[in-house]
Amino acid sequence: MRIPCPYCGERDVQEFVYRGDAAVSRPADDKGFYAYVYLRKNVAGVMREHWYHAQGCRNWIEVARDTTTHEIFSSVIAKQTAS
Amino acid sequence: MSRLNEGGLVDRSKPLGFTFDGRPYRGFEGDTLASALIANDVKLVGRSFKYHRPRGILTAGSEEPNALVTLRSGAWAEPNTRATTVSLYDGLEATSQNRWPSLALDVMAINQLAAPIFVAGFYYKTFMWPAKFWEKLYEPLIRRAAGLGRASMLPDPDHYDRNHAFCDLLVIGGGPAGLAAAQTAGRAGLRVIIADDDTMLGGRLLSERLEIDDMSAAAWAQGIAAELAEMPNVTVLTRTSVFGVYDGREYGAVERVQDHVARPSVGQPRQRLWKIIAKRALLAAGAIERPLVFGGNDRPGVMMASAVSTYLNRFGVIAGRRVVVFTATDSGWSTALDLIAAGVEVVAVVDSRSTRHVAADRVKAAGAEIFLEARVDDVQGRSARAVDIRTANGTIRTLAADLVAMSGGWNPSIGLGSNLGSRPVWHEPLQSFVLDRTPPGMAAIGAAAGRLSLAEALADGVSVAAAIATDAGRPSAMAVAPRCSDEATAVSPMWHVTTRQTKAFVDFQHDVTDDDIALAAREGFVSIEHLKRYTTMGMATDQGKTSQLNGHALLAAATGKTMAEAGTILSRPPYLPVAIGVFAGHHRDEHFRPVRRTASHAWAAEQGASFVDAGQWKRAQWFARPDETSWLDTVNREVTMTRNGVGICDVSTLGKIDVHGPDAGVLLDRLYINTFSTLPIGKARYGVMLREDGFVMDDGTATRFADDRFFLTTTTVNAAKVMQHIDYARQVLWPEFDVQATSVTEQWATFAVAGPQSRALLQTMLPDLDLSNEGFPFMAAAEFRWHGAAARIFRLSFSGELAFEVSVPANLGDLFIRTAFQIGAAFDLVAYGTEALGVMRVEKGHAAGNEISGQATAGDLGMGRMMSTKKDFIGRVMAQRPGLIAADRAVLVGLKPVDRAVRLRAGGHLLASDADAVAANDEGYVTSAAFSPTLGHSIALALLKRGASRHGETIRIHDPVRGGDIPVEVCHPVFLDPEGMRIRG
Repeated sequence: MRIPCPYCGERDVQEFVYRGDAAVSRPADDKGFYAYVYLRKNVAGVMREHWYHAQGCRNWIEVARDTTTHEIFSSVIAKQTAS
Repeated sequence: MSRLNEGGLVDRSKPLGFTFDGRPYRGFEGDTLASALIANDVKLVGRSFKYHRPRGILTAGSEEPNALVTLRSGAWAEPNTRATTVSLYDGLEATSQNRWPSLALDVMAINQLAAPIFVAGFYYKTFMWPAKFWEKLYEPLIRRAAGLGRASMLPDPDHYDRNHAFCDLLVIGGGPAGLAAAQTAGRAGLRVIIADDDTMLGGRLLSERLEIDDMSAAAWAQGIAAELAEMPNVTVLTRTSVFGVYDGREYGAVERVQDHVARPSVGQPRQRLWKIIAKRALLAAGAIERPLVFGGNDRPGVMMASAVSTYLNRFGVIAGRRVVVFTATDSGWSTALDLIAAGVEVVAVVDSRSTRHVAADRVKAAGAEIFLEARVDDVQGRSARAVDIRTANGTIRTLAADLVAMSGGWNPSIGLGSNLGSRPVWHEPLQSFVLDRTPPGMAAIGAAAGRLSLAEALADGVSVAAAIATDAGRPSAMAVAPRCSDEATAVSPMWHVTTRQTKAFVDFQHDVTDDDIALAAREGFVSIEHLKRYTTMGMATDQGKTSQLNGHALLAAATGKTMAEAGTILSRPPYLPVAIGVFAGHHRDEHFRPVRRTASHAWAAEQGASFVDAGQWKRAQWFARPDETSWLDTVNREVTMTRNGVGICDVSTLGKIDVHGPDAGVLLDRLYINTFSTLPIGKARYGVMLREDGFVMDDGTATRFADDRFFLTTTTVNAAKVMQHIDYARQVLWPEFDVQATSVTEQWATFAVAGPQSRALLQTMLPDLDLSNEGFPFMAAAEFRWHGAAARIFRLSFSGELAFEVSVPANLGDLFIRTAFQIGAAFDLVAYGTEALGVMRVEKGHAAGNEISGQATAGDLGMGRMMSTKKDFIGRVMAQRPGLIAADRAVLVGLKPVDRAVRLRAGGHLLASDADAVAANDEGYVTSAAFSPTLGHSIALALLKRGASRHGETIRIHDPVRGGDIPVEVCHPVFLDPEGMRIRG
């Protein structure tokens, strides 16, 4: 699999570390942490995911990937989309 | 000899000697092992998997199920090599397999008499009782009796290489379609890679008497190959099999660089793994001829018609003297014509169809009988001697023949096309499966797309490649396919000769017969996937390339389904067997993974250090002296000399991270449970990081060198993880923070200098610094210059002694350790390794990897009060969950054996003195243990339920595996100097 890094260009998946669902965000108050830490949807289809370009630019990126085909639709630097 | 005096692509001026089962033979340059064996009239090449039936050569390609041999010998032995794809070289050594004592006399052929028990699913039906006999008796017996070649069990002496390549177009297969495509795309200027299994490009053009552009097809192919070789934008990979299609338009291929010589030349790999990233790919892998299912169809002397033509036209060898052609296709007739043209006697052509082929008159004129609407029922003889032909009116004619050329039709080689999970669909006119959807970027052309004729293949190659070039913005001038011979490619299904009297094989390599398929269907295995696994059809090393479709057809017939309903299976990589060695490449032995060495490694090695792996790092474990007989003596000395004098230890492997920026302090407050934004400049502080779920992730120190500049250390194993965690925090969680972080682990060499004499030693080494207790108190930090370079000194202690950590640039690390020992001689300086480091940390009750297990909270480790209540930090909320702050949690304690002479070991579980040894009474476990030379007995750290209130209690360690129960006394985890007088001294 290959991942298009917005900073480095398309690179082999071995350069990246997977984290998971990019749709969850850290709650502003103390409520909601249980869901934030533990609850995830098991998406069969397009999912926004966080990947870390550990062997490259060290940017966290947000990748839209189809979990059934590994097709990648977009990839952006997470810092630019985060609130 | 069965070699013609002329014709073919072998070089008769270059004879090559080889041996098969120890007997010497001769072949020519350009031969395969198979063609050379046929030329030497060797018909019996192997024994079958289950029944040990004699087998010959069936095909002339990589789909070969029968002719598997062990190539070479000793450590170079390679089992299960297909004789049909082995290039002959001088001195080649091949051995037959699965026979004892010899190929001609194989006593295991008695298995044929036991055939009734070897039917489909016999594993599940036989040898069921008694159960314990399976492992000890039945399985070893079966494995010895049934099988293929054996591995040498010796280390592979050869090298394997790896290459990554990128291209605009990957052409898989160098036959007519592939050549036309590569030429078109190459001329248009695309970056092209064309890969073919064979030693030269051409595919079927090398094997058939066809014409292109008024020249022989073989000559045309060689012309194109020469043109491609000249193009700088085209890479030609012969002897290369593309074996898999992967996500992201990745293709795996193996190039057999030096398999065609006895020993790879110096500096050359035997094979090379190619990882090819191709924007577009064309599957031009051609088609594989399928056998017909009739009695004795596995006998030596029964061969695919296309193989008979290949051996004749390409290698100039004739596979038999009296030939019967049994065909359901037009291509069988081409073989008959090839044989007649070479002067071989064709006894009969048996066509299962009723229409008289256009070549029938020519064949008949040459003396062959023509049988239409007929079939071969059975082959007589151990090797083919005669065939029983059932004529249209049902009578049997028996004709003497030593070769049966069979042609059941052509199956497009679509295996790679279904690697990503798209199931092929039935194609009625072709009577085979073709690709429905192809992997992204890939298309099939020519025979692989079910377009079997030469004209279609050439037209496909040109037009599809031209369209790809146009897409890529490089319109091609060449869009007209070359002129070529006309071919008929009609086929009618002929799946099964039901009137046969003897065994008829579907899967030759796994000995699956037509009866096995029928039995599986009767027993309810009616799905293709179940049939495959129950009968093991298609599960041998050839992956059913010749057998799959016939098996499906038989199952469809047995279950009353159409072929389209029965469907077919998916193919997974690798398409062909690939040696594990080529995947490993250079990553073996000491190169299996990278090795990281500290700056003092060379010095430590000179001192005779023993090294231990810490992740990829090599760390000095201890420094044994010649008079020391056990490692424990050495470690005890290192600890004692450090605690009484001064010791030095390379701690460079700890993770080191620089954090810069106006918000550096705020970021650290979020990362650690304690507060860092208030840390004064020139001070270090111990800190603990939690995961967001509230458990401890890592610990270390952070030092402030400027308002906006911090320096963090992490544990050795978590260095990468913490770096990633910090990047996540600053980029994703709090992108508004103005802060940067970078790993400097490898930039600094860091040494812990510990012991009561450490100040005196360092003050001598670094006379410009004020290291007095007043000038440089506990937890102080400073930057200074050493040998003209930036250096840092910290007053930190892991050992519990007065101690310093000194960091110098990594390239000065070696100089630092040597300088320390020059000056240190006067102070009786000792080097200590990770083992002594560990003993001293257990004596001081410091949590390390064993305690920070991912299941311990800060409270469990006695650091609950470090958690700030005045700020947010990662893990703050979840750390307050009831289960994580429960009163009965297991917390860090120390343990001393009641009998001080007893040795404690980590891993034992803790029980109250009088409690039964059952899981319900489990109260925790021993995390770390060491012999403390300072105290003179064994000590341990443990996580014990309610441990903080149980100091002084006697409990027991339950360790039934390693020596029973040990009574121990619970105590404070800090065994030595609990007030910290030494550290602050």
